[in-house]
Amino acid sequence: MQFMLLFSRQGKLRLQKWYVPLSDKEKKKITRELVQTVLARKPKMCSFLEWRDLKIVYKRYASLYFCCAIEDQDNELITLEIIHRYVELLDKYFGSVCELDIIFNFEKAYFILDEFLLGGEVQETSKKNVLKAIEQADLLQELLPTPPVI
Amino acid sequence: MVMPSLKLQDLIEEIRGAKTQAQEREVIQKECAHIRASFRDGDPLLRHRQLAKLLYVHMLGYPAHFGQMECLKLIASPRFSDKRVGYLGAMLLLDERQDAHLLITNSIKNDLSQGVQPVQALALCTLSTVGSAEMCRDLASEVEKLLLQPSSYVRKKAVLTAVHMIRKVPELSNIFLPPCTQLLRERHHGILLGTITLITELCERSPAALKHFRKMVPQLVQILHTLVTSGCSTEHSISGVGDPFLQVQILRLLRILGQNHEESSEAMNDLLAQVATNTDTSRNAGSAVLFETVLTIMDIRSAAGLRVLAVNILGRFLLNSDKNIRYVALTSLLRLVQSDHSAVQRHRPTVVECLQEPDASLSRRALELSLALVNSSNVRAMTQELQSFLEVCPPDLRADCASGILLAAERFAPTKRWHIDTILRVLTMAGTHVRDDAVANLTQLIGGAQELHAYSVRCLYSALAEDISQQPLVQVASWCIGEYGDLLLEGSCEETEPLQVEEEEVLALLERVLQSHLSLPATRGYALTALMKLSTRFRGDNNRIRQVVSIYGSCLDLELQQRAVEYNALFRKYDHMRAAILEKMPLVERSSPQAEEQPEEEGRGASPTPTEPKASELLNLLDLLDDSSGGAQHPAPQSPSPGDAVGCLPAMPGAPPPLAPIPDLRVFERQGLRLTLSFERPSGVPALLLITATATNSSGSDVTHFVCQAAVPKSFQLQLQAPSGDTLPAQGSLPITQLLRVLNPTKAPLRLKLRLTYNHFGQSVQEVFEVNNLPAETWQ
Repeated sequence: MQFMLLFSRQGKLRLQKWYVPLSDKEKKKITRELVQTVLARKPKMCSFLEWRDLKIVYKRYASLYFCCAIEDQDNELITLEIIHRYVELLDKYFGSVCELDIIFNFEKAYFILDEFLLGGEVQETSKKNVLKAIEQADLLQELLPTPPVI
Repeated sequence: MVMPSLKLQDLIEEIRGAKTQAQEREVIQKECAHIRASFRDGDPLLRHRQLAKLLYVHMLGYPAHFGQMECLKLIASPRFSDKRVGYLGAMLLLDERQDAHLLITNSIKNDLSQGVQPVQALALCTLSTVGSAEMCRDLASEVEKLLLQPSSYVRKKAVLTAVHMIRKVPELSNIFLPPCTQLLRERHHGILLGTITLITELCERSPAALKHFRKMVPQLVQILHTLVTSGCSTEHSISGVGDPFLQVQILRLLRILGQNHEESSEAMNDLLAQVATNTDTSRNAGSAVLFETVLTIMDIRSAAGLRVLAVNILGRFLLNSDKNIRYVALTSLLRLVQSDHSAVQRHRPTVVECLQEPDASLSRRALELSLALVNSSNVRAMTQELQSFLEVCPPDLRADCASGILLAAERFAPTKRWHIDTILRVLTMAGTHVRDDAVANLTQLIGGAQELHAYSVRCLYSALAEDISQQPLVQVASWCIGEYGDLLLEGSCEETEPLQVEEEEVLALLERVLQSHLSLPATRGYALTALMKLSTRFRGDNNRIRQVVSIYGSCLDLELQQRAVEYNALFRKYDHMRAAILEKMPLVERSSPQAEEQPEEEGRGASPTPTEPKASELLNLLDLLDDSSGGAQHPAPQSPSPGDAVGCLPAMPGAPPPLAPIPDLRVFERQGLRLTLSFERPSGVPALLLITATATNSSGSDVTHFVCQAAVPKSFQLQLQAPSGDTLPAQGSLPITQLLRVLNPTKAPLRLKLRLTYNHFGQSVQEVFEVNNLPAETWQ
């Protein structure tokens, strides 16, 4: 996977995970163009599209678009499963996740993603293990008391 | 007093509450100021909260580079909460393009070697996401050590970090290849998955690695077999399919290992068949595995039966209600259509149905695939389908569809008439979307199909009369009407309905084209030239045409003006040559299928296509020759002599310098009328002989209605071009010349019979004779 973007129906970015080195300018350009392209798709259209030399796999869950860019030899259908698995993880963690959860807890969204994918590849196929890892990290964070936030 | 900075949650609330972009910017700028201040001299314990706010702001698109140093500090902090946010910040703000990037290397190194597992995890994650080549080199050995760590949690991350490192620094393969053997024995799915990914990466980069890992095919087959058959734990399965992520990855590796390798392919054959038949595809996960299986089967040296099975699976996918699955099926079939053509052909009906897909990306794939499936046996049916599609297809597919149909027609047309019909229909439906050379191709095609001239000109005339907006159609129609206008007037043609067309109607139509603002300049050129040609084809008087031509003599378009002026000159000064110049064109030799140029300047002094010989005269001549038939021709009106005064007439075709001059031959003389033949053998075309027959009149009486006909033996091809005139004035200095082109591919001895008819001294004369003493150089 080259990158994953989460954005709202208004085109606001909620998460961006880049697995390839690109300049800030390029990232912004790609994000803008891709968001536009995906938002222009009609609801009945298929989840795959060709964009530049990449394959884009996207799926909409409620008000959020989950969009992945994969390479030519990657399997589109399994990428759909990757997206779905991520959504399930978020759902389990937040308890019936909605866009607001991801907005206000964006770091957590990143942490969860980082327990599921690493370097653009799937690292753990057990939902249980991923959630356990997050739990442990959260615990570790709490063990070291943080002062009250100003 | 400085306003206290906000908590992250509150900041987010406030930003979202902002009603305008300007308001949002204001909030953010204010907060960033706080953050900067805090970074400078704020409480280090709160740093991670400040960075979190900055990262949020960064996601909205605001600059955040001043947080880079804070990331470094946080990463170096002993507190886990600091590290968590710090590493996140590093991944977002400190990719390899940043100068400060390398500064995190040391922290990562420390965390990898001394940190607790969650800390090691953070370090590995950051390394595998943004690690530069240099950083990877520095830290390779650390990661290698972690591959042996007892904790599977860390090991699985280390393996994938190794994948990233190899991508960045391929030489590191040496370090990471040896551990794979051991890692492949793992039972932990995550580690297995990572290992397979690692092996895949190694094999893709090195043939030696590929060879090495081929030995593991049986082991991989076993792992996959276990996944497929044993009741897999629900922990890893999706919709009853055992760990589809792992299955897909294994299948992909098997594909690489089995490519071009009989032994490996054979070892996996049975398993692939098993997966292909047993996977439950009621949900996407199963389809994903099945899809990967199909890809693998098609890429390795699999048994023929297995290949057919795979293509059939794709065929089944085409019928799936899930459009995503239809999409991947179409894409894959397109990849296979060359190598497994007949297998894919079997699914042609389904593919054609997919043309109806409302989703443009699907119908596009279906179009590509349909075009690839056209062959000589299904061309009629397919063209029908594609033409119906052309009528309704979305605009961005029109050009491809039209070009595709034309190409298919060119390759597989069963008859010329079908071909012409097809091109006609495409031009009518989607004329503006066809490629530029469609016009040239069609005129070439029509020109060559002599028997279809009448049919073509009628169809084109009707089409043009209905619609003069489709430029390619208008161009071809104009050209055709110009060339074959006489056939248009003839009234009946057995292939089309009878069409009564008056000369005036035709002229009016061409004038409409000429004047229409829809017509491109090139189209106007065609129309003007067509009008000009009709001046010789039509029998009515030419005043109307002359008027049009003279009007355009002052046209602003340079090309049109030039034509008009020249045509005007043709009417005035060179009227005696007009008919010859505007004759029917011969068939042009196409240099390549992609030739873009026009098939010669229309009507500018070429030579006629052989017209139907008058039956009776033909028989007369033929009787006289032993080997009957041959190319007796009735010449059409006037032809020019080469290089005359009307501007840009090209030289007579086919006149490269001859080899050695062949002496002229006087073949006939009677009462002052003399006929001489001169011969030319152009170099480069050994079978060609050019004969110029020159008639002169030295008598005191005019020779009128002079016609010369010729016949040659069967193995020859004769083309008689129009003579320069039919009158030889008394004691005239101006001779009549006529060119005969003789093709003698078999190099048979040349025999030539001539028939002359003319009026001289008040009498009509007919002379028929065979030419004797033809020099041997004319045919050897």
